[in-house]
Amino acid sequence: MIDSKIPEGPISEKWSNYKAHQKLVNPANKRKLDIIVVGTGLAGASAAASLGEMGFKVLNFCIQDSPRRAHSIAAQGGINAAKNYQNDGDSVYRLFYDTVKGGDYRAREANVYRLAEVSANIIDQCVAQGVPFAREYGGLLANRSFGGVQVSRTFYAKGQTGQQLLLGAYSALMRQVHEGTVQLYCRYEMQDVVIIDGRARGIIARNLVNGKLERFAAHAVVLATGGYGNTYFLSTNAMGCNCSAAIAAYRKGAYFANPAYVQIHPTCIPVHGDKQSKLTLMSESLRNDGRIWVPKKKEDVAKLRSGAIKPSDIPEGDRDYYLERRYPAFGNLVPRDVASRAAKERCDAGFGVNNTGLAVYLDFSEAINRLGIDQVLQRYGNLFDMYEEITDVNPGELANEIDGVKYYNPMMIYPAIHYTMGGLWVDYELSTNIPGLFAIGECNFSDHGANRLGASALMQGLADGYFVLPYTIQNYLADQITVPRFSTDLPEFAATEKAVADRIKHLLSINGKKSVDSIHKELGHVMWEYAGMARTKEGLQTALAKLKEIRKEFETNLFIPKLDGVNIELDKALRLNDFITMGQLIAIDALNREESCGGHFRSEHQTEEGEAKRDDKNCFYVSCWEYKGEDAAPVKYTEPLKYEAIEVKTRNYKN
Amino acid sequence: MWLTNSSIGKKVIMSVTGIALILFLTFHACMNAVALISPEGYNVVCSALGANWYALVATAGLGVLVVLHFVYAILLTLQNRKARGANRYAVVDKPAKVEWASQNMLVLGFIVVVGMLLHLYNFWFNMMFAELANSGYAYVGSSIHANDGAALIAYTFKCPVYSIIYLVWFVAIWFHITHGFWSAFQTLGLNNKVWFNRWKTIGNVWATIVMLLFAAVVIVFCIKGLTCSAAGCCAL
Amino acid sequence: MAKNISFTIKYWKQNGPKDAGHFDTREMHDIPDDTSFLEMLDILNEELIEEGKEPFVFDHDCREGICGMCSLYINGTPHGKTATGATTCQLYMRRFNDGDVITVEPWRSAAFPVIKDCMVDRSAFDKIQAAGGYISVRTGAPQDANAILIPKQDADEAMDCATCIGCGACVAACKNGSAMLFVSSKVSQFALLPQGRPEAAKRAKAMVAKMDELGFGNCTNTRACEAVCPKNESVANIARLNREFISAKLHD
Repeated sequence: MIDSKIPEGPISEKWSNYKAHQKLVNPANKRKLDIIVVGTGLAGASAAASLGEMGFKVLNFCIQDSPRRAHSIAAQGGINAAKNYQNDGDSVYRLFYDTVKGGDYRAREANVYRLAEVSANIIDQCVAQGVPFAREYGGLLANRSFGGVQVSRTFYAKGQTGQQLLLGAYSALMRQVHEGTVQLYCRYEMQDVVIIDGRARGIIARNLVNGKLERFAAHAVVLATGGYGNTYFLSTNAMGCNCSAAIAAYRKGAYFANPAYVQIHPTCIPVHGDKQSKLTLMSESLRNDGRIWVPKKKEDVAKLRSGAIKPSDIPEGDRDYYLERRYPAFGNLVPRDVASRAAKERCDAGFGVNNTGLAVYLDFSEAINRLGIDQVLQRYGNLFDMYEEITDVNPGELANEIDGVKYYNPMMIYPAIHYTMGGLWVDYELSTNIPGLFAIGECNFSDHGANRLGASALMQGLADGYFVLPYTIQNYLADQITVPRFSTDLPEFAATEKAVADRIKHLLSINGKKSVDSIHKELGHVMWEYAGMARTKEGLQTALAKLKEIRKEFETNLFIPKLDGVNIELDKALRLNDFITMGQLIAIDALNREESCGGHFRSEHQTEEGEAKRDDKNCFYVSCWEYKGEDAAPVKYTEPLKYEAIEVKTRNYKN
Repeated sequence: MWLTNSSIGKKVIMSVTGIALILFLTFHACMNAVALISPEGYNVVCSALGANWYALVATAGLGVLVVLHFVYAILLTLQNRKARGANRYAVVDKPAKVEWASQNMLVLGFIVVVGMLLHLYNFWFNMMFAELANSGYAYVGSSIHANDGAALIAYTFKCPVYSIIYLVWFVAIWFHITHGFWSAFQTLGLNNKVWFNRWKTIGNVWATIVMLLFAAVVIVFCIKGLTCSAAGCCAL
Repeated sequence: MAKNISFTIKYWKQNGPKDAGHFDTREMHDIPDDTSFLEMLDILNEELIEEGKEPFVFDHDCREGICGMCSLYINGTPHGKTATGATTCQLYMRRFNDGDVITVEPWRSAAFPVIKDCMVDRSAFDKIQAAGGYISVRTGAPQDANAILIPKQDADEAMDCATCIGCGACVAACKNGSAMLFVSSKVSQFALLPQGRPEAAKRAKAMVAKMDELGFGNCTNTRACEAVCPKNESVANIARLNREFISAKLHD
């Protein structure tokens, strides 16, 4: 039933074999083929630029005012690549192995190996584009280490690596816009995909400036629309990030894979009030030098919460560096899911440090005492500034001295929704089960298993966009060269547009009392409470019941002002409609997956020490969900995982 | 032609003419300083710059510089106003590091031009022009020879109103140059983070010295004139 | 600990580029001062929607100071006044006092027409970028990344130039509506790197020509742009752009 189209041969040769035997489109024919790329983040921009440069006619859409605003820009820490420039024993295999292990053995082996294989090319490509990666004095590229690995393979550009990589891809994209091979549509939001004879042949998009629906036809449609983290309302995603394009594809029959795998990032600034609109990430790179702790004594916790003492009043001996205590081998650099759960465990045990009880400390005293403040500021200065601007606390400020040891103000952090490993199901060619509909970057499910390692999202986005999709899409397009361009007057376009228009009309006519955001907040609360860091059967069932109520509230009590042209409330309502569907999907998948793995932690399935307990016997598969109507339960198919190169083991970051 | 149709080109014209005018002012200030030391010496310089062909050519050249600088200032300003758009901000909070002169170069420029016209009437018209057209006698005063620049200076600044007008004019020129000097090097691309403060300091010192020289002549002759007229030795 | 403040907000309403526009005024009560400025506007919008009114429109997205989407002119300063230079989304209400009148306006510049309220059209920046803001390299297999040695100092300086987020605060602050800080930052990034040198002259000429064509003003070195830039881009970049441009033209 599910065919992942993994090529034959040993794992290290699969990708070269594929490329050697795939079908190609000759240059004269490329001009006759149109490709729609939705999204301009790392995956979308790099794909649109590469496809345009190859000679295809590309239509590229983004919801922001410029392609350069896509949320890839906010990635701070870095990008992994198996270059082994540090001579510390890195290799393609090790990157592959770390990624599969980090993903708790739930990723598709062949895809991950390919990712590790092309990772080195990404760095070459980006340097050639003028991305100013950090360098050593000798002029060579510098590296840092990241969570979940024991080598330094992360390339970075200050704390703004995502920005620099995106601007690199954006500049390549703008070059193609200049050449005329890519046509940009900014402030357009895809509403639905148009299927003709079982193939994706176009999209319906809404012009966010004049509010009109428009039809666009193409031979293939590529979705690079990111993840669904904003289902939780509060996340580190941008305000505009949404899952509508993916859900539209899902409603049209594309499988949604592993929706329960949601990554919760351990180092975010804690929630401070109910008016908060988003959570701000503090780069994972801070864990290189920062040490995470809570007080050892409950009475210190009480004093901290009441404001009687400051964190710097607590001496070294009374601090519980719980990551170093529990995971001596990796310490503060354990993978994100492990670090997040450990923070939750401490806070649940009553050691959380701010007035909500939901925060732990990230402390730089040791690093500053060891390296000096200048060196620390050089590494993290912009992050310290950002933290101070938001919280009014300067982590570089000397706060106290006890017995000759200097203590600096720590940061307060808490886990927050950050990334979604699940996404549209794709095969080895990055094609969904709908022919002609591709999904790349965070939008697909393929490479990170149940948990993504730091600095791997940038790697995957660019790998898909620059080096994978431009090949694999040709294998599909090779037999499309005789298909002439489609007219958008076809009945399929008209019908799809009408369905979208009717939906909008309905939403505008509800005329209830509640704003979109207020309903979205309710959704977020339910999701975080019952489908967040620790999930239980009862909780998930409660979530599903509550989601039904939220859906009803949305359908009957929503208020959107009726406006021509720009209508930001309508924009948000259309997205929320899909977030609710997404929330249900997350809960259903989480309920269905009777194990704990990576970002999916079911409290019923844990070891005595509180570590995640996988069930490789019964759950060693990708769950793929097929839409059966808004009120019907989706149907599950499974893609069994086959591991040839790696022995499946329990993850161990202790020794 | 990039000098006339690109924004940077037009700014290059402003910079080059501006620097040339600063150099001219520097020369002029030095020349004036001679009048403080020796009126005769000053007159020798004046006669050297009288109605000779090279002086006339230089004057014409100077005129072209002024006209170019002025015309391009107007052109650029008009373009800038258009680029700014029709809607103005209701509240403007000027950042502390934005200097007043930099935002008021056009206004300062107008003051400079008005002062210059007065100055041309006071001196150039009564000297070089008079030498050509009025058989060698200035149009003002009685029997001041067009070659006797020193006398003309004494005659003009004896009047305190003129002196004050000139001093105000000098202040405007000083402001204009303090911004114009480093700005010219910035526009020509001869600037960076290190040289930024250097150019600024050099410009400020230069402008101050030049304008102080000018001011010194006015003040000295004004005081001389006032004390003389109080003694009744040289009535109009 | 957060304290609450109350203040008056005057915000710009304008229905499209042709509309004259006007200020609406509203009293805001008991806003916690650890609320961000944009969250305060969310509260405003929530109140407006509750009353059945249309919300105040402004651009925003990442809310962590990097996407460059937010663009409000607050009390006479683009992005409002902060200690270290930050975007609107990184401005917190603790910068304001009880009883303040806060005036919120859009970027005002002919090259950035208003779409609605404080949402403006900055696509001119994309057009300038498309004119030459790139290195012409094919996707594929370029040489090994370490084959080009770049002195740390150059790489760091290029990085500083590349930090520009394209928000347009420089244009908004400039009394001439000039985009020189934006253009020069992009040109500088590539001019400082060996990979960017082959096209440096062409790039400077093309980007300046496009900038002029799109109706941006001329730089008169007032440095207002540098003072308000949330990423602290330096006018030294403008000097570098001038140098690149003039030398390119002289070599023509």
